Amino acid sequence: MADNIFEVADLRVDVADMTRKPLFGSAPRLEILKGISFTIPRGAVLGIVGGSGSGKTTLGRTLVRLAEPSGGRMLFDGQDIAHLSDAAMQPLRPRIQMIFQDPLSSLNPRLTVGRTVAAPLNARTNDPRIGQALEHVGLPADFARRYPHELSGGQRQRVGIARAIAMRPEFILADEIVSGLDVSSQAQVLMLLETLVAELGLTLAFISHDLSVIRRLCSRVIVLRAGEIVEDAATEDLFERPQHAYTRELLDAIPTPDPSVRW
Amino acid sequence: MSSFLEIRGLSARLAGTGQRLLRSVDISLPAGSVRGLVGESGAGKSMIGKAVLGVLPKAVEIIEGEILLDGQDLQKVSPGERRRLIGAKAALIPQDPLTALNPSRRIGPQITDRLVDILGWTKARAAARALEVLAEVSIPEPERIMRLYPHELSGGMRQRILIASAFAAEPKLIVADEPTTALDVTVQKQILKLISELQARHGTALLFVTHDLGVVSKVCDTLSVLYAGKVVEDTTVERFFAAPQHAYSSALLAATPRHTDPSSSLKPVPREVTDAVAAEVAVDDTTWRPNGGVRG
Repeated sequence: MADNIFEVADLRVDVADMTRKPLFGSAPRLEILKGISFTIPRGAVLGIVGGSGSGKTTLGRTLVRLAEPSGGRMLFDGQDIAHLSDAAMQPLRPRIQMIFQDPLSSLNPRLTVGRTVAAPLNARTNDPRIGQALEHVGLPADFARRYPHELSGGQRQRVGIARAIAMRPEFILADEIVSGLDVSSQAQVLMLLETLVAELGLTLAFISHDLSVIRRLCSRVIVLRAGEIVEDAATEDLFERPQHAYTRELLDAIPTPDPSVRW
Repeated sequence: MSSFLEIRGLSARLAGTGQRLLRSVDISLPAGSVRGLVGESGAGKSMIGKAVLGVLPKAVEIIEGEILLDGQDLQKVSPGERRRLIGAKAALIPQDPLTALNPSRRIGPQITDRLVDILGWTKARAAARALEVLAEVSIPEPERIMRLYPHELSGGMRQRILIASAFAAEPKLIVADEPTTALDVTVQKQILKLISELQARHGTALLFVTHDLGVVSKVCDTLSVLYAGKVVEDTTVERFFAAPQHAYSSALLAATPRHTDPSSSLKPVPREVTDAVAAEVAVDDTTWRPNGGVRG
C-alpha cells in the first residue's frame, strides 16, 4: 500500500470549445486544468476550493475517472489510472466512491432507499450491509423502504453518503455536498462526515466554494483558480497566513455571522 | 411609526391536507429598512415573501390576518386591483437567475415588458429606463447586453440583470428570495453589496429571505426567525448576534459555519431544542414534518 492514496502530477484536462467550432474541421481545445500536481496522503481530508469555473468539479470528476485527463499522471495507490480503460478501471471502482452535490437528482426517484444502497453492492435489499450503512449515517434501518421524495434534503444527502460508504471504499470524493442544504442540516451532514472519516479510516476529497465549511473539516486545502493551483497549504496556515491574493479574496468574501465585521 | 409593509396575524394552510404553513405571523417593515426572514427549509420564509407579492401557489389559502402594503389591505381589494398595487409598489429578486429569465427571449424586453404592461409606460421610456438601471448595477455596455440571451451571460451577470429589473420601476418594497444561494462566495459578496447600496440609495424597504445568518449580519437591520411557520424571535441584528433570546435562535447561530472560530460553529441543532420549539408553536406531527415543507 502506498502512503499516498493519490499522486497527481501535471494533470491536464481539455475539452472541445464548441462555441468557437468552425462549420468544418475540429473545434479548438479549451484547457480546463492546466497542469496540476498534488498528493493526497492516506487518511487525509483534502479541501478543494475555488470560484465557479475554476475547475474544481472537473478535477474531482477526473480523480474518480468519470473524465479522462488529456495529459499528466494520476497514481491511485501506486497505479497510474490516468488512461485506464473502463474494463481495467472496473476492479478499482469499489475503492473509489463519490457523493454528489444535488441529493435529489442523484437518487433514482423510482428506487427505494434500500435498493439505491444495494445497487452498487449487487446485493438484495435484505443484505445486512444496507442496514449497517444506513445506521452508520444515522438513519433508522426501516428507511430502506422509503422513496427519495419522502425524505428531507439532509436525509437524502445521508442516503448518498450511505451508498458511498456501503462499498467500504478507501477514497471518497464529496462534490459540494452541503451547498443545497440549510444551516442545521449542513452542520449535521458535515459532523457525520467528520465522524465517518475517523471511524472508517477514509480518505476524503471535499470540494466546496465555501471556505468556512472547509476550515472545520479539512486538514489540507488546495485553492484553484482558472485551472491552476494558486495555493496548497495546511488548513491552519491557509486561514491564518494566506499567501495568495486570491485566497485572501475568498476569505474576505465569507459572510462572517457578526454584524460588527463590515465588508 | 408607520410601516410600509405591515403583516398582522397572518395564517395560511394547504387547501388539501389542512397543513398549517404560517401561524399568526406579525412582521412590520418601515420604509427604507431591511428585514431578514431566516429559518430552515420549510419554515415558511419564502411563503411570506410570496404572500406579500400575491403569488402564493393556488393550493395555499390564507385563513386569517392582513397584509397592509402602504396602508392598503391586500386581502380586501379585487385580484386585478391587487396586481396593480403590488406591481407598482413591490418587486422580487428571485433565487435562481437562470430559471427566472426566459431562455428564448433577449434581456431587453424581459426588463421592459413589466414597465410597459403593468405600469403603462411607452416602449421608448421603458427602454431608456432599462439602460439606466443596467448601468446602475455596473453592467458594461448595457445597449449590447439588452440584445443578448440569458445563456450568453454568467450567473453573476444574470443576477445583476434581475436586480436591475427589480429596481426598474422604483418600487418601495423589494422581496429578495435567497438571491445569492446559487452564486459562489466572491460573486455573492459583490451582489449583496450591490443590493445594499441600491436599497440605501433609493430608500427601498427590503424583505430578505435567507437561511444564511452570515448574510443577514451583513445586509439586514432587523430579522424574524421562523420555525414551522411561526415567528419565534423578532429582533434587531445587533441584539440578535450579541445575545439571541430564543433557544432555537442560539442553536441556529451555533450551526452556522464560522471560519474565525471553527470549534464553536457547525453544531447541529440539538433535538431538545427542536422538540421544545415544536411544542411551543404547537406543532402536531400530523400537519407538519420538519424539513419537509412545501417546495417553493
